[in-house]
Amino acid sequence: MAQSSFNGSAAPGSVAGHRMSRRNLLRGAAAGAGAIALPSLLAACGGGPGGDGKTITMGSNSSDPVPKKAFADAFAAYAKQSKDGRKVKVNTVDHNTFQENINRYLQGKPDDVFMWFAGYRMQFFAKKGLLHDISDNWESYQGFSPALKAQSTGEDGKQYLTPYYYYPWAVFHRKSVFQQHGYQAPKTLDEYIALARQMQKDKLVPIAFCDKDGWPAMGTFDYINMRSNGYEFHKNLMAGKEAWTDKRVKEVFDTWRSILPYCQPGANGRTWQEAATSLQKKQAGMAVFGLPHPGAQFPKDEQADIDFFPFPVINPEHGQDAVEAPIDGFLLAKKSKNLKNAKTMESAKDLLKWLATGKAEDIYLASDPNNIAVSDEADLSKYTPLQKKAVELVSGAKQISQFLDRDTRPDFSSTVMIPAIQTFINKPKDVDGLVNSIERQKKTIFAAED
Amino acid sequence: MPLLRSPGGQRPDRPPRPCGSGGTHSPEPKAGTPKDTGGRTKASVSRRAARRGPRRFTRRDVAVLSVLLGIPVLLDVAIVWGPTLASVALSFTSWDGIGDISWVGTKNYETLFTSYPQFWPAARHNLLWLAFLGLVATPFGLLLAVLIDKGVRFSRFYQSTLYMPVVLSLAVVGFIAQLVFSRDQGALNAILGDTESPTDWLGDPDLNLWMILLAAAWRHTGYVMILYLAGLKAVDSSLKEAAAIDGASETQTFFRVVFPTLRPVNVIVGVITVIEALRAFDIVYAVNKGRNGLELLSVLVTDNIIGEASRIGFGSAIAVVLLLVSMGFVVTYLVQEIRGEKNR
Repeated sequence: MAQSSFNGSAAPGSVAGHRMSRRNLLRGAAAGAGAIALPSLLAACGGGPGGDGKTITMGSNSSDPVPKKAFADAFAAYAKQSKDGRKVKVNTVDHNTFQENINRYLQGKPDDVFMWFAGYRMQFFAKKGLLHDISDNWESYQGFSPALKAQSTGEDGKQYLTPYYYYPWAVFHRKSVFQQHGYQAPKTLDEYIALARQMQKDKLVPIAFCDKDGWPAMGTFDYINMRSNGYEFHKNLMAGKEAWTDKRVKEVFDTWRSILPYCQPGANGRTWQEAATSLQKKQAGMAVFGLPHPGAQFPKDEQADIDFFPFPVINPEHGQDAVEAPIDGFLLAKKSKNLKNAKTMESAKDLLKWLATGKAEDIYLASDPNNIAVSDEADLSKYTPLQKKAVELVSGAKQISQFLDRDTRPDFSSTVMIPAIQTFINKPKDVDGLVNSIERQKKTIFAAED
Repeated sequence: MPLLRSPGGQRPDRPPRPCGSGGTHSPEPKAGTPKDTGGRTKASVSRRAARRGPRRFTRRDVAVLSVLLGIPVLLDVAIVWGPTLASVALSFTSWDGIGDISWVGTKNYETLFTSYPQFWPAARHNLLWLAFLGLVATPFGLLLAVLIDKGVRFSRFYQSTLYMPVVLSLAVVGFIAQLVFSRDQGALNAILGDTESPTDWLGDPDLNLWMILLAAAWRHTGYVMILYLAGLKAVDSSLKEAAAIDGASETQTFFRVVFPTLRPVNVIVGVITVIEALRAFDIVYAVNKGRNGLELLSVLVTDNIIGEASRIGFGSAIAVVLLLVSMGFVVTYLVQEIRGEKNR
């Protein structure tokens, strides 16, 4: 617009030369601004690639090099085996950015298939009508346990997610440290605390502990909660159906407080990387982590020294039934334009079917051994001993939980639970004030839902 | 510039100056040579205007004016006022960014004031930032500027060293702060050599705010120093000489003579300080996402609106509070300064 109004008025001769040049400059600037703005406007107007029915776009949050390459391998293998010439076009977005923009992404112009998490965090979007139902695919899926199916199912009983891999949480330690001091993996909370005391005597920090990132300590909370009150209670508490002021929640914090003296002090100032490093340096004896975390901080030749034991029993009624094992997988975005094309939809579902096979998971895990395959049909022979142990742990689980921030509303976990747990770490004595505050905020947030 | 005020005597018999035709750059009375583009003398402008008669703006002038004024006004409305009013409106609603927007009245504000534990600490921290930057960092910057202006030895070196942090973004400053203050692997604890029970500079919620303020002040001081340095260089040295001849001490000269002439710089520094303190975000976000003792209103806005949380109505309510606080400070300050300017 700016350009045309300038061009319309021809410069009359009476105008002084130097003034003209200034106007020219302005005109140039306006034209320049237009030139800069125009392409982006055009780009905003233009549509994405027209669906040819065979190219499936994939929104990926795997921006770290290891998983990025592993996924690339898997998709290349898919294209190679596809008889119809189907292929995957990946759009990788930084992991955290992807997570933060997921709302807008799914409502705007999402890719056909995207990577996301199982559990409540998937159900939330399913309920909002942003995902395609893939129950028909599930009828043909083989090798998934009922727990996996439950985690892939929305509140309406339909399936929305194709699980791909997961990683269990447990108490990690170094084999060599346990051997050197003759420690035994504890079965119960009492044994756990006794072991921690012994470590203190041996000049070790018993439990490496961190929560600067806001989420690592959630693992400990979840485990104490599930060991004391069982998985059902965890699930209901996370879904806002149980009160945080309940005696059972207070007990969780009380139990946690009894462990805190054996944890590294100053957890709120420590990243998980630093905590894992103290485990690696043999300054700390144990740490509650997910499978990929210690591995990321251990040098290659010390990887074999990593070991873990399941979080100890607190209430024998619940034993070690539940395992915290966040599942990642693939979903179909409802707002994807290409999926309106029946051919593309068929291709996308075909891709999901292929990704649900053990073979597809093997290809991924060959490049990223920090996770384990969800499918029973995956090839375990190439697994490291640690991976094999992780498989044993999850396959023996009666229930699989996702993780505090995946089992509840994202606004509740990020704006209430992160600060609440950090407050608890700072002031472990004021449990009543804490749970009251959580409950008040929970009510506001979960009330907004209806 | 406050210096420019045209002598009033000519006004009644002279038609308003045509804005589009070079008169916008009203020439300073002292600036003599008419060689530069804007520097045509007042006489020639009024003569030209008189010759043109009653028609003050050509069509081109109107076109230019409407484009030059219209585009910024449109942009201002679209980019500044639109979102501002929208977030005020959203602050009375509940919206998760996906479903319907529902009107909830003042409920967001009630929740905010009564049952959002991070709110009051955040508001307090924002004010603390303001007090610290305004009462410690800014005066310190002024002091450094005065010292350097006096020409202490190696003043060039100090000048550039102290200015260096200003070119760093606060996010980088936050990163540096972590390298220095980290409990287990930080430089400070390594120097102190306390390995038994090292101080947790960034993890202890009673301490970390001060460490971050130090880091932010490190940068702010340099910024303020450069602004004052420029102001001090412009102070007419004959003023100081006159004061010295009248027997004023050095302190008196500074506070009674030099400092008042720095008024324009004071206004700028004041506004910058208020803005820096209230919009502070990146440094705490880089350190620990603005949690655990480092809460700020800006962080709460981000936590609630951006990200998966999407409590857009609630986050907007926090943003409105922040807006009111900033407006309160900036408007009061500017009104006072402008009034003071008039009284002079």
